[in-house]
Parts: sequence; C-alpha cells; structure tokens
Amino acid sequence: MGQAKVVIVGGGVGGTFVANLLAKHSDRLEVTVVDATGVHHYQPGLLYVPFGWERPERLRHDERRLLHPAVQLLQAPVERIDVDARQLRLSDGGMLPYDFLVIATGSCPVPDEIPGLAEGSHHFYTEPAAVRLREALHRFEGGRIVVGIAGFPYKCPPAPLEFTLLLDDWLRRRGLRKRTEVVFVTPLPQLFSIPTVAPLFEELFARKGIKVETFFNTERVEPERRRLVSLEGKELDYDLLVLIPPHRGSPLIDASALGDKGGWVPTDRNTLQVKGQERLFALGDATDLPVSKSGAAAHFEAPIVVSNMLQLLEGREPIACYDGSVMCLVEVGDGKATVLRFNYERPPYPPQPSVLWRWVKALMNRFYPATIPRAIALDVLFAAWQGKFAPLSPFCGSELMERLRRGHSGDS
Amino acid sequence: MVTTLQADKIVDARGAQCPGPLVELIRAIKEVPVGTVVEVWTQEPRTKEDAKAWCERAGHEFLGAFPADGYERVLVRKKR
Repeated sequence: MGQAKVVIVGGGVGGTFVANLLAKHSDRLEVTVVDATGVHHYQPGLLYVPFGWERPERLRHDERRLLHPAVQLLQAPVERIDVDARQLRLSDGGMLPYDFLVIATGSCPVPDEIPGLAEGSHHFYTEPAAVRLREALHRFEGGRIVVGIAGFPYKCPPAPLEFTLLLDDWLRRRGLRKRTEVVFVTPLPQLFSIPTVAPLFEELFARKGIKVETFFNTERVEPERRRLVSLEGKELDYDLLVLIPPHRGSPLIDASALGDKGGWVPTDRNTLQVKGQERLFALGDATDLPVSKSGAAAHFEAPIVVSNMLQLLEGREPIACYDGSVMCLVEVGDGKATVLRFNYERPPYPPQPSVLWRWVKALMNRFYPATIPRAIALDVLFAAWQGKFAPLSPFCGSELMERLRRGHSGDS
Repeated sequence: MVTTLQADKIVDARGAQCPGPLVELIRAIKEVPVGTVVEVWTQEPRTKEDAKAWCERAGHEFLGAFPADGYERVLVRKKR
C-alpha cells in the first residue's frame, strides 16, 4: 500500500497539532490541512486585547509557518464533507479525496441566538470583537459594566470570570473602579459550572466587590434602553455590556449533516472516532464531548487521534483512549493565576492563586508559536505536573496503564 | 403518584454533565406555552436541587424528581 491520504479540516490548535504529529510518519502518510484563511489565531491571547495588554497582530500566525514542512496546506473554504464518497467538496468546485479525515473545525460564537445581543453587547472571542471592546473600554468613564454568560455552551469556560477579574485590575489602574459598578450575570446557580471551583471565584468576586446575579438567563438585550432582560423576569441596566454569546459548531458540520442540533460532531469519548465512522476523527471544540471547549482539550486529544489512526493503518484496533484531560491556566487578577486540571473522572481542585502560575501562563502564551510547529506537546509539561509520563498516555487502554491508573486513583 | 404526572414535553439530557440538564430544562421552558409540563431526564445528581432553586427564582412550579431506570425524571410546570 502506498501513502494513505489524511485530510485535516481546520488549522487551529487541534488540526495543526495532529498534522505535525502525523508528519513524523510521512513515509506512510500524506497529510493535508485544509483551512479557509491560512491564518492561525492564538485565541487565549484575545483575553488581554480589550485592556491593551496584547496586540491582536501578535496573536495571528501564518499557518504555513506553524506546520511541519512535510504537511501540505490547502487554503480553501470547504463547502461539504461527503462521508459516503470519502471526499471534501471545496467552494471552488474542486474535490479532495481522503482515506482518513480529521475534523478540527472548532466552534463559533452566535450572538444572533439572543435578540439584541449582537447590537447591544461586546465580547472578546474574535479579533474584531476584542478590538471593538478595547475601543469601548478606553472610552468608558464610569457607570455600570455588566459582564456574563448569555448561553451555553461557550468556549473556554473560565474566560468570562478571568475577564471580570482583569477588568477589576484595569479599572483600578485607570482610577475608575470607585466610579464603576461591576455586575456578573450567569444562568447557573453558582458562579462556575464546576462545584469544586465555584467557591474560589465566589471568594475573589466578593473580595473585589463584584456583584453576582445567578440564575440570570438573558432573554433579550434592549440596546436603545441599555437594558438586559432575563427569562426569570429581572431587568438590569448597563452602561457597558460584555456578554459571552452561546457557541455553535462550524457551519460546515451542519452543511455536511454530521452534527447534532448544536452543530457538534458526535464523537467516541475514548477513541475520538466520529460515531459510526471508523476512519473519521474529531477533536477540539468541534466534538460533542462533555469537556471544556478549549485549546488544552484539543492538545490532549491530538496524540490520541494520531495513535489510533496509526493503529487502524496497521490493521489493528484503535486502543489509545482519551481520558477527558483538560488543563486551564486561569487569570485571577493581582498578577496571579491558578490552574484547573481535570478529566472525565476527577474534578479540578485549584491551588491557591499565585504569581508562579501567572508566569507559567505568560510563558505558555509566549512560547506557543514556537512549540506547536515542533509538535512539542505541552502535555510533557502538564504530565510533569500530573505526576505521570505523558508519552505513555496514548496507551492508557493497555493493561499496564489501566493498572497504573487504578493504583493512582486508589491513592487519592 | 409517579404515573399520574403527565409531561407535555420530554427532554432527554441523560449523559449530559452539569450544567447540561439544567440548561436543557431552561431552554425547553423558554420554548413552550404557559401551563406546559416539561420533563427532563438526567443522570446528574445536582439537577434536582438546581431545578428546584431555579423554579423558585423564575416563578415556575417544581413538580418533583422521580427515579427511573438509571436516571431521574425532573418535572416542571411553566407558570408564567
């Protein structure tokens, strides 16, 4: 058999990382990444743009330069994935056949799902939105800022909380905090969806005088009155609104009839194969897995996708299993950060925020563009923290790893 | 008692983790007319308490949570 054709749709964290790992097997595989723009955005950095602490152009990377030279990049929008014919239909009418397909199409904010949200509210989940928010913040002279979550799911669950805590810092530095009321609204009964993490943020928010409105499901925004109306019947006036829109899967997934009602690809939680499709894999935000939509999840998933694809190529069962690992370094203001490490089985228990974690986050932000082209998995670093050796993790389905895992969980 | 409660709309949120089932319940309530009974199937133990607290806040009637085969049926009537 000659080289098998692997096509990866999407040049974000997941797609790029899978491509660069597969490039090491270019004797057996021909790897192509298809990306609509050819521009790779380091999205975690958008958090800092509204405060002027990061320049958006520094977050943009040429995808070609992030990819291993053995990986082909095709810059073209994809119109449809035709699973039966094993090919992609490109917008220019061209066809791209594949033997294996990796879906790494991400997610997108959809403010239109809530009336008035697109017109009345800011967010920082895309570069243009983050830049608009920066302009609005720099014009802001005091009043009430409402920050919050408009609906689920959304990317990077701690980001709205991080933004609020950094906003508090920023307002203090500008001498505006005393003239500003900061209110956080969330549809949830507590400040964060994970119960083991909520108390940490509740304490921080209380200490910083940030008001919290729980069970606030935004029904509509009235931009002309600068008012927010909840499904629970509450009204809240604002001077500046930063409400994170709910997200959907990529329109390509809908167009290809591969997704559920949210546009998410039904994915096996362990092998990361698309359900019912042996040679299709999905990772990152695109999946319907019950893990955070974040680059960290995609990072942990990439070696599993690669390992299982190689197993299939050799005619074996895909035995590598993703254990739901996610890791988030979370800004909490005052120059400090904490870390959330969790998987399907174990919830996170964040350590006390410290300057050290803030530095780790800063280093990760800085070195990301240098590590990903070399397929240096951040999980080597993560694994050191987790006390296990990451290169073995793709084989966590093996008996040895199972025994180690059982032993580990038995200790805790 | 369990069998006398008839739901007008059933939302299967089995397998969804917190806050999934609560979010699904709220989404369903938003879409149905007043008076409708919505039933959510959940395997998340927190849904019952969260749904009860949400109903108090939002002015809907929490009808109860009933064990089923490997999941719980949480019933809510839309009141306004």
